[in-house]
Amino acid sequence: MAKITFETADGQEHTIEIANGLSIMEGAVRNMVPGIDADCGGTCSCATCMVYVPTEWADKLPAKKSDEEAMIEFCPHHNETSRLSCQIDVTDVLDGLRLKVPESQR
Amino acid sequence: MSEQKLVIVGAGHAAGQLIASLAQDKYQGAVTVVGDEAYPPYQRPPLSKKYLAGELALDRLYLKPVAFYEKFGTRLMLGRRVDRIDRAARRVVLDDGSSLDYSTLVLATGSRPRKLALPGADLPGIAYLRSIADVEAIRARFSPGTALVVVGGGYIGLELAAVAVKLGLTVTVLEQAPRLMMRGVGPVVSSFYERLHREEGVAVHTGIAVQGFEGDGRVERVMCDGMRVSADLVVVGVGALPNAELAQEAGLAATNGIDVDARCRTGDPAIFAIGDCTNQHHPLLDRRLRLESVHNALEQARMAAAAICGLPPPPDLVPWFWSDQYDVKLQTAGLSDRHDEAIVRGQPGEGRSFAVFYLSDGVLVACDAMNRTAEFMMSKVLIGAQARVDKGKLADERVAVKDSRI
Repeated sequence: MAKITFETADGQEHTIEIANGLSIMEGAVRNMVPGIDADCGGTCSCATCMVYVPTEWADKLPAKKSDEEAMIEFCPHHNETSRLSCQIDVTDVLDGLRLKVPESQR
Repeated sequence: MSEQKLVIVGAGHAAGQLIASLAQDKYQGAVTVVGDEAYPPYQRPPLSKKYLAGELALDRLYLKPVAFYEKFGTRLMLGRRVDRIDRAARRVVLDDGSSLDYSTLVLATGSRPRKLALPGADLPGIAYLRSIADVEAIRARFSPGTALVVVGGGYIGLELAAVAVKLGLTVTVLEQAPRLMMRGVGPVVSSFYERLHREEGVAVHTGIAVQGFEGDGRVERVMCDGMRVSADLVVVGVGALPNAELAQEAGLAATNGIDVDARCRTGDPAIFAIGDCTNQHHPLLDRRLRLESVHNALEQARMAAAAICGLPPPPDLVPWFWSDQYDVKLQTAGLSDRHDEAIVRGQPGEGRSFAVFYLSDGVLVACDAMNRTAEFMMSKVLIGAQARVDKGKLADERVAVKDSRI
């Protein structure tokens, strides 16, 4: 279980608890975090669940696979801190993680 | 003005997204969903993939947790059917004779598997795959050594075959058309999937017509033109039909799906239709068509929500599709059926990664990408822009697809 905070583009904060084993995307969708659309349901196919990860947290996340890298390149507003939240499964290590949600996912 | 009452018929992917979009768009009326399955809106794609393989728990299929519907005041009426629409009274009549009044009605009735009308087709042991209940029934018979015959070499049949052979079943795929996934992908891609499934141990037969089924109280043999195949279990995946009857019986136009306009309205301004059950003009493709896809269901749900809430329509997007079989992710952007030229990047005959680009009069109209996410994503952008492309550059691995634009 990890408590994770999403800061959306309008400056609002959404702090939710996500059970271990679910992806960050699944937690966000279940809790209606705006901006995490996740059209493909988590198969790394749609690039609508991108988040920005603070650099100090980057090392604690599983490494990016090549398809995630390729998808991110086509997300509007991506940068070097971008990750697809469907590709990150929650563990206790992520407790306290703060993420930013981009302005547009689509 | 009296209270706005929105009734959604059907509780699939389109309905689930509609409810989410209405919540996001701050819809103020009362929302009721009537669905004939026992479950809240759920994702169907994993049914023939991870859920069938037992890698995904039931509640991870749900688009939203049940608490979400409570929070937004959406009433879920599950395990119930709408029998009739009374347009004059703006009322739907349910299977128990009760009724619901609406100010806006959304038909999200989806599609159903096309059934085989062949001798023996109703024998026990012959299944279709559309719903959670279907998967539970199929999975109960999934054990190593079971002889599975898949009738139909489309996306669902092949995804099922991939899961089954990995679980140790003996799998045979019978496809009537000369090649696999003929409606969705080009010939080069079909050949690749035939090789892929053979490499994984599936017996694939194309151009073969099933003539019937035999068995003593249960299916034991699939009878084909010139051969018979032993079967403990048969799963049929030969396409889907739109659930348009409810609309038709109410006098709404439906030609291969319920006809809707650019905002998903039917001929009755109080009635919308979204998802697999609809037929709509697609502005980028410039033709009317019925798309059976998650992406289309989501987009039409967003269109309808915006129209219902008086908001501007969302942008037009290129249709896209995906399929997971073994370690190969197929991503398709656009529709390739009307191409006049196909350009291949990579080696379809070896390995498991290549892309095919489809052109019409020099304009990129579609791409099938096998483990080629970058090519897929770049193609989606170029197709949306109706870009003319340089064929030599498209075929050249050293050139990024986006740089093939002329």
